[in-house]
Amino acid sequence: MTVELVVAMAMFVGLVAYAVFGGADFGSGFYDLTAGDAARGAELRTEIDESIGPVWEANHVWLVYVLVMWWTGFPTAFAAAMSTLILPLLLALLGIVLRGAGFAFRKFSATLSQARLYGALFAGSSLIAPFFLGTAAGAIASGRVPADGQGDRWSSWLNPTSLLAGAITVACCAFLAGTFLTADATRAGHGGLAAQLRRRALLVGAVTGVLVLGSLVPIARDAPTLAEGLTGRAAPLIATSILGGIGALVFLLRRRPAAGRVSAVIAVASVIIGWGAAQYPWLLVDEVTIADAAGAPATLRALLLVAALAGVIVIPLLVYLFRLTQSEQWARD
Amino acid sequence: MLVQDVLSLAADPAGLLPARQQMAFTLGWHIILASFGVAFPAMIFVAHWRGVVRDDATALVLAQRWAKVSAVLFAIGAVSGTVLSFEMGLLWPGLMGTFGDVLGLPFALEGLSFFVEAIFLGIYLYGWGRMPPRRHLLMVVPMALAGIVGTFCVISVNAWMNTPAGFRIVDGEVTDVDPWAAMFNPIAGWQFAHMWLAAYMLVGFTIAGVYAVGMMRGRRDAHHRLGFLVPFSFASVAAVLQPVVGHLLGGGLGDRQPAKLAAFELATTTESPSPLRIGGLLVDGEVSGALDIPVLGSLIAQNSFTAPVPGLDTVPVRDRPPVNITHWAFQTMIGIGTLLALAVVVYWALRWWRRRDLLERTWFLRFCAVSGPLAVIAVEAGWIATEVGRQPWVVYGVMRTSEAAGSYAGLWWLLATTVVVYTGLTAGAVLVLRSMARRWRQGQHDLPSPYGPQTRLSDEHPGREEP
Ligand code: HEM
Repeated sequence: MTVELVVAMAMFVGLVAYAVFGGADFGSGFYDLTAGDAARGAELRTEIDESIGPVWEANHVWLVYVLVMWWTGFPTAFAAAMSTLILPLLLALLGIVLRGAGFAFRKFSATLSQARLYGALFAGSSLIAPFFLGTAAGAIASGRVPADGQGDRWSSWLNPTSLLAGAITVACCAFLAGTFLTADATRAGHGGLAAQLRRRALLVGAVTGVLVLGSLVPIARDAPTLAEGLTGRAAPLIATSILGGIGALVFLLRRRPAAGRVSAVIAVASVIIGWGAAQYPWLLVDEVTIADAAGAPATLRALLLVAALAGVIVIPLLVYLFRLTQSEQWARD
Repeated sequence: MLVQDVLSLAADPAGLLPARQQMAFTLGWHIILASFGVAFPAMIFVAHWRGVVRDDATALVLAQRWAKVSAVLFAIGAVSGTVLSFEMGLLWPGLMGTFGDVLGLPFALEGLSFFVEAIFLGIYLYGWGRMPPRRHLLMVVPMALAGIVGTFCVISVNAWMNTPAGFRIVDGEVTDVDPWAAMFNPIAGWQFAHMWLAAYMLVGFTIAGVYAVGMMRGRRDAHHRLGFLVPFSFASVAAVLQPVVGHLLGGGLGDRQPAKLAAFELATTTESPSPLRIGGLLVDGEVSGALDIPVLGSLIAQNSFTAPVPGLDTVPVRDRPPVNITHWAFQTMIGIGTLLALAVVVYWALRWWRRRDLLERTWFLRFCAVSGPLAVIAVEAGWIATEVGRQPWVVYGVMRTSEAAGSYAGLWWLLATTVVVYTGLTAGAVLVLRSMARRWRQGQHDLPSPYGPQTRLSDEHPGREEP
């Protein structure tokens, strides 16, 4: 295995982690948005505060990690993607900024009307950010980012693959969040809330499944290289993903949300990994391969060290954080 | 006054000016919050440590409140920092495409330190009452350490732009890339030390100023004294060291970036010995309104009674930075730095040797109240001096800023939108923080969210969270 491939994989691991954990944080915006008025939504919104409050900033760093690995390891491809996709990325960025600020401000706001404003910002932008990130991913996957970065600023992300990818990203985030929040509410002993969340997570899961199935044909037509990989090399991962999704629904139905959460994570992680496997060896599909895009060898070796450090420092600490937040002591309130 | 500076930019491509303004605005905003991320944890640690180890209830309350404040500040700091990550690629594809693999390593390491900071922040903020007190206290330490590493990393990139290292250019291609040499470039260490102290000054004076205002309004309890003294002590140490570090940072500038030094000193011609030129404006090539102190310029900039500051006339016109902005920004920083250093020396000297406490004096409290904003201005001025003084280069002597910019139409719209969004964020943060302070003054401690059932829950479980 070449150094650049290992670096690309280390970057991709970050992307998967962002999709799963960052995605679950974004997805909780959906339940917040649809929680009803202040009185009816109080319990759910408080649960969301408690559930994502300690972790969202750490989960968010995965995005920064992916960006810096990308621009350091594969600088020309990074510059090309950034130039072509400036519009969806700026919109995603707006969502990211308003989500974080809205969430932090809401928790400490003095009056209900202020909390409403910040809450709407938080919840709405939680859905905007993943949508536009999804469209950017769709643009790369469908070969719409040329190597010179002079791709069309509009049609590169306003096309069937991008738009469907955006919608699927939002749906997956919401489904992940549904299983996470149901599990958290169950563990905290909030039975009524857990039941309500479970119902909605099931609904979101069903919609997500239909959306994914319905997108297959349009995406296959629009993005042939990707489709070939998805049905070829990546087929086992896609199958895993489908099984994971079904498993998550079944576990939720059987009132085992903790297992449902694991299953949903498997579903989302394997579809993202499947996307990576399907477009290998391209970094920008049909335009630039990983090997062509690789930066200076000395830098790639240094990035291996960074990835190793992430493995020995960051991952154990994240595990510690997650274990704490999932522990008995932290759940009681 | 700045007409000439603005005109000197007019020849550049259309997308350059808005891109620079966009970068300057978002960076200038973020640096204030980033400073809190760097320096606040140490202050929280001292207060929390007193609270836990010395059993000091006042200190513990301070630590709890500062932790809540930091929850708000660090959140908007994290997102505004993400904006910068994106902007590096979106606004400067020429820089990142060409030099991404040269300058990227410190950014990648910085990413790791962000992880550490964010993880322990989450544990610390939500750990009150949920962990053994001493272990909980220890959670601040990695945050403070990660802040140091992160600052070094990001400043090292900026230092690299001033003193590029770790690569060669052969036939227009970047080769022989050594990312470690780039990271540990010649001035990375001093520039880091300078910014690190600057962060402590900014945060220390700002927080101390808040409690100074409280004392001015008659709230002279132990809470306010301690809330003033902890940050003020940090700021004092930093303020006294800063002129020394700044001077060391400036050493050799005449060799590395002569045009920048000439602009700092408003030296139009090479004079031996050079005067220290205070104030003044360069209009049509003539300096007017400046106060010249003979010989001092050579002494400070070159550590010599005779060695001159090389004049702007030794620099080709197309390689000169906008002079007036650079000069005024530099002198603003120096002026404020000198003033704040003197002020803290006077305060502690009177306190230790004369046993007189200036906190009894309203004029001194007033001064403390503005010291925070002054430190903010100094930080902004320092960045303007460094950055504008490096122009027209983005990588000094290697790549011009105009070559780094992308070719976008409509960047002014982006800037306008950004200004609106950031103004909203600023207003939101100020409103929230003020309302928190007001509720604390009214005797509330817990600050439950207005939409949640916590008020009821915390009645059922008295004393679960904070006092
Ligand atoms: C009073 C004595 C001071 C001296 C002699 C001094 C000197 C310098 C010099 C020479 C530079 C330019 C470095 C370069 O571009 O090569 C600089 C930059 C800077 N200064 Fe100062 N400074 C002083 C005080 C301050 C204070 C009080 C602050 C803020 C609280 C500050 C904040 C900055 C910042 C943020 C930069 C740009 C980033 C950096 O170089 O770290 N300075 N200073």
